[in-house]
Amino acid sequence: MQEIFNIFIKSIFIDNMVFAYFLGMCSYLAVSKTVKTSVGLGLAVIFVLGITVPVDYLLNEFVLKAGALVWIDASFADVDLSFLSFILFIAIIASMVQLVEMIVEKFSPALYSSLGIFLPLIAVNCAILGGSLFMQERDYQSLGQATSFGLGSGVGWLLAIVGIAAIREKIRYSNVPPALRGLGITFIITGLMGIAFMSFLGIKL
Amino acid sequence: MSAEIKEREPLFSAKNMRLIKNPINLNNPITVQVLGICSALAVTAKLMPAIVLSISVIVVMAVSNVVISLLRDGIPPRIRIIVQLVVIASLVILVDQVLKAFVYDVSKQLSVFVGLIITNCIIMGRLEAFAMSNKPWPAFLDGIGNALGYGIILIIIAFLRELLGSGTVLDIQVIPQWFYDFGYQNNGLMILPPMALITVGVIIWVQRYYSRELIEKN
Repeated sequence: MQEIFNIFIKSIFIDNMVFAYFLGMCSYLAVSKTVKTSVGLGLAVIFVLGITVPVDYLLNEFVLKAGALVWIDASFADVDLSFLSFILFIAIIASMVQLVEMIVEKFSPALYSSLGIFLPLIAVNCAILGGSLFMQERDYQSLGQATSFGLGSGVGWLLAIVGIAAIREKIRYSNVPPALRGLGITFIITGLMGIAFMSFLGIKL
Repeated sequence: MSAEIKEREPLFSAKNMRLIKNPINLNNPITVQVLGICSALAVTAKLMPAIVLSISVIVVMAVSNVVISLLRDGIPPRIRIIVQLVVIASLVILVDQVLKAFVYDVSKQLSVFVGLIITNCIIMGRLEAFAMSNKPWPAFLDGIGNALGYGIILIIIAFLRELLGSGTVLDIQVIPQWFYDFGYQNNGLMILPPMALITVGVIIWVQRYYSRELIEKN
């Protein structure tokens, strides 16, 4: 139980998707103009990561890993399908996003209209595929650990995008050098936020 | 009527060359279109992985642009995203296997970022915006041009970070020893992730200073 909680905290602060691995930067830069929309996108990312990482974990554990197919027949013990993981993970993500979109539309039209265009965009957000690939690389031991990693990464991403959106709303009133306006200054602010987040590196969990 | 029959365009006409040249400066995928930042920053602490990743992206992008452009009339618009993802993902698997076979060390350093070429927004973006509505040859040039624009920025960042951060270029020591004897120190901050972002910010600053038309209105 404690291990699961540690992974959760670690993936929010220490291994933050945006500041430590630059994942999901494209939508992070494109959608962070106002706090309201960035909260919506952040919630959608948490939602999708929380679903796809555990599903991909099961897929990895029971289909892809070397010797994972033993549960069908002992003769499959030396089959290693891990080279297929990219294409299967992205297929799972694309279909999950589609599924989530349909479920949300059916049961909570209010949430659907507020997430709106962001849901389909998420299929090509690198943070989602990155989450699954890191899960595979780090070799988490149980479904609980994989889920808490997925949720934690999502929360970390939400934190980052809401932070930058709040700063960008304020910086509109500042006098930025013309050549740095917009994109340039956003990169530099993100870098500074990253340096701030590095202070969490020393924490051993 | 015969005057209206268009002469066959030469392979390297001015219009086609523009497809290669534009993305390198005025329409650069990273600094202007803001696509594909994710993988651009994480692999640039050393020059070698940056070069390998750029070459992989050039290959994937040129081939996928051609494939999608050949298929463009046969793809139903509703499922085009899935078709594009499948084409890209199969190419990335090929690249990944080749890297694992020939440059294993670099492939380990790149870790998940080879896989992330799949969700690299430049590739999807160019497929959507260009390959779906153009012939294979211009699509090929567009792919090469955009991937080059991406690669150039990647290599500039990696060069600066490796030079200032560890005093080496391609793992060859370039800062002479007597510099260190005088008290010169490698700037360890440059190797850390946040400095990649700040380096991109500075590159954008320099580029926009010289190409004034890119400056954003506030």
